[in-house]
Amino acid sequence: MSNKKLAIIATKGTLDWGYPPFILSSTAAALGYDVEIFFTFYGLQLLKRKMNVSVSPLGNPGMPMPMGMDKWFPVIGTAIPGMQSIMTMMMKSKMKSKGVASLEELRDLCLEAEVKMVACQMTVDLFDMNPADFIDGVTFGGAATFFEFAGDSDITLYI
Amino acid sequence: MANFDQELDASGLNCPLPILRAKKSLAGMDAGQVLHIIATDPGSVKDFEAFAKQTGNELMESKEEGGKFVFLIKKS
Repeated sequence: MSNKKLAIIATKGTLDWGYPPFILSSTAAALGYDVEIFFTFYGLQLLKRKMNVSVSPLGNPGMPMPMGMDKWFPVIGTAIPGMQSIMTMMMKSKMKSKGVASLEELRDLCLEAEVKMVACQMTVDLFDMNPADFIDGVTFGGAATFFEFAGDSDITLYI
Repeated sequence: MANFDQELDASGLNCPLPILRAKKSLAGMDAGQVLHIIATDPGSVKDFEAFAKQTGNELMESKEEGGKFVFLIKKS
């Protein structure tokens, strides 16, 4: 019997949006799926050796803020200089205290479970990214490369 | 107290770590051996059911014990 397959397109490069691709991929691999993630546009930040991702409350009314700042100063409160790094710091420490794995840890677990990671060559060229900045094991490809795997996968997600 | 061959304490870990750690522990065990898992994540109750169903390993026991969740999984 051949394994089930999961194909994911990861398009976002923020701390919060980095979680779904890595949580789902590592879990699917543990359940016996073959998994491939195609990283494109801002999603490529998740492949950097030194992952430097943040979470921003700006333009995100669903994000809980400390001391009800979002209620007292809606919109403006989220745009205060330094707010992004404060929120990123707070989110990371909250995650740690709740036993949520770091993105780096989940990414390592994915690599260990042989999740295939493909970087969008077009985006790499577009943003003049240096392939040497990416983690080992990443391959480079385009849309056709994605379909080669996704074409006969059981689940396909766009994140 | 049921017998088991190996123990995994996943206390304090959140989704999906208990499942991933269990998978890793099972990988190093022989067929028929039993893994005893302790977790604090309430989501792990449904998740270990789903894990067992999809991987074919048998979930022999799932219960709450002193505020913790305890599972016995037999490797297929």
